[in-house]
Amino acid sequence: MSLSDLHADMTEPRRAPRTIPDRLTSPLRRNLLGWESLLLIVGIAIFILNAFASPYFLSAWSLSDATFNFTEKAMIAFAMALLIVAGEIDLSVASIIALASTAMGAAATAGAGTPVLVLIGLGTGLLCGAFNGTLVTRLGLPSIVVTIGTMSLFRGISYIVLGDGAYRGYPTSFQWFGQGYVFWVISFEFVLFAVLAVIFGLLLHKTNFGRAVYAVGNNPTAALFSGIRVARVKMTLFLLTGLMSGVAAICLTARLGSTRPSIALGMELEVVTMVVLGGVSILGGAGSIPGVVIAAFVLGLVTFGLGLLNVPGIVMSIFTGALLIGVIALPRLIAKWRR
Amino acid sequence: MTLRTIPREVILGLVIIALCGVIAARFPNFVRPSNLLSVATDTAPLIMLALGQFAVIVTRCIDLSVAANLALTGMICALLNVAMPGFPMGLMLPLALVVGAGLGAINGVLVWKVGIPPIVVTLGTMTVFRGIIFLLSGGSWVNAHEMSASFTQFPRIPVLGIELLAWIAVIAVLGVYLLVTRTALGRAFYAVGGNPHAAVYTGIDVGRTQFLAFVLSGALAGMTGYLWVARYAVAYVEIANGFELDVVAACVIGGVAIAGGAGSVGGVVLGALFLGVIKNALPVVNISPFWQLAISGTAIIIAVALNARSNRPKGRIILKKAEHSHEPV
Repeated sequence: MSLSDLHADMTEPRRAPRTIPDRLTSPLRRNLLGWESLLLIVGIAIFILNAFASPYFLSAWSLSDATFNFTEKAMIAFAMALLIVAGEIDLSVASIIALASTAMGAAATAGAGTPVLVLIGLGTGLLCGAFNGTLVTRLGLPSIVVTIGTMSLFRGISYIVLGDGAYRGYPTSFQWFGQGYVFWVISFEFVLFAVLAVIFGLLLHKTNFGRAVYAVGNNPTAALFSGIRVARVKMTLFLLTGLMSGVAAICLTARLGSTRPSIALGMELEVVTMVVLGGVSILGGAGSIPGVVIAAFVLGLVTFGLGLLNVPGIVMSIFTGALLIGVIALPRLIAKWRR
Repeated sequence: MTLRTIPREVILGLVIIALCGVIAARFPNFVRPSNLLSVATDTAPLIMLALGQFAVIVTRCIDLSVAANLALTGMICALLNVAMPGFPMGLMLPLALVVGAGLGAINGVLVWKVGIPPIVVTLGTMTVFRGIIFLLSGGSWVNAHEMSASFTQFPRIPVLGIELLAWIAVIAVLGVYLLVTRTALGRAFYAVGGNPHAAVYTGIDVGRTQFLAFVLSGALAGMTGYLWVARYAVAYVEIANGFELDVVAACVIGGVAIAGGAGSVGGVVLGALFLGVIKNALPVVNISPFWQLAISGTAIIIAVALNARSNRPKGRIILKKAEHSHEPV
């Protein structure tokens, strides 16, 4: 039972049986002509509007600061994109950040050095991913409910450990992961984001594993009969999502320099928004990493541009929510009018 | 009679009684009727929202915007009360109901007419609703002293010794029970969730049925919004933040199948009461309230594992899936 099953039949009675898209054209090229180009136009429009709206926007340091709005979320979004393409979802990512950050905070308080902290962050992420993956693949539970449960559980453990307290006192060398610059205005986080984008892009679009992810998302039964170990693919994706949440936890903790149990609260929804805005079908089976990359930039630009105009964060969420619904509704409405 | 053949409602009821028994062994005051009544009254908002969510999930959708809807409608009522203290209280509840239903209808139309997956729609409207609250209130709180006494006292009016809030929840439970068991629309909810294809062939408009489920969920959330704001005598942007997950949890614990088509009103009420008892018991047994999140998370995981383990369909499945069900691989 997966997210795709949950929605697969939703609108079907009114259209033809589910079409399996044939992959004669490369998914990259096909997508670039459709969703990604629409998104890119939106992104460029927002960029130009921002440049006109605020004189501070077009400076190298401003733009560099703007990248922090999306780098951590995008790292998780890459893994989440693969997971959603495979027909599952992980709503516990923000809670994994909280738990990993708490674990690192406890270790740092006990005097652990930077390499150990990084290992603990990544390890916690992997463990949480393994827990989600085991429940979904071994027990066959729907991932949306499992991860709503673990979302409470993981953050709940952080609350038990920390209560209303906080961990501070991370080593100075650790803070480089969130505050360091590799070259001039290019931050470490941005470099990591770019490298991960390439790795995940290659993984999804150029490897057998990537093909298997699409196959599992389109039709798990057919994928199984064509020799794909469906459970193993899904387990790997949950592990990857957990690992990326651990990576994001390291960056975010290093950037903030402190850990509270409410760290990254609600980030899972922003990650899912980014993935869906990037053209990944929430029903599974379709989507691309370039789309997610553009969506990351679009969301980052919207947030940053509105921030420069002194629009409060909560009002920005109106734009984010409207953008999410609008960008998905538009092609559907156009298709409706054409018919 | 094996464990699997016992209805979920009975198991859940026994678990809740056992839980109360364990607590009562150390803290007898917890099971005093007056305390149990206050636990039930505290849980009333969760029950009402879970009823709406139940209808939505049964039709194979999900409504993540219920808590934001509650907060927005609550804020609208509070601002109306501040602007027009003379607004008759008898009209406030229907007004909240209509506002909430309208917000739910937005979700419903986007799912029905535009065909966007419900999880995406309600994720979007959830953030939009929260943002609108900020725009309306300017980010400031509406505090108790700004509200009129009749506004804040309304949910606390005692009727036969029980707060009006609890009575409204009882009426909502009965209303939804009658709706899903005694009306064509209720049957349609189950039919759409059980098998949308077959539902179409029996003449049910799938999209319209889902739309109506969203309207019901919105109406209950809106009504609860006013009661919530009045009871706690404060309205601000973040009230009931994250409450939508408790609501989904209550449904899952109550045995509502997340894939639609199965579940019962009784299960949902007991699922909500289970969470309510835990929430109210923690301070009594001297466990830090910080444990609550982890406990309800564990409860959700156990409940969904139990849901999946029993092969027997939960609740009533009217139209069985003709095609083979998807085996977990």
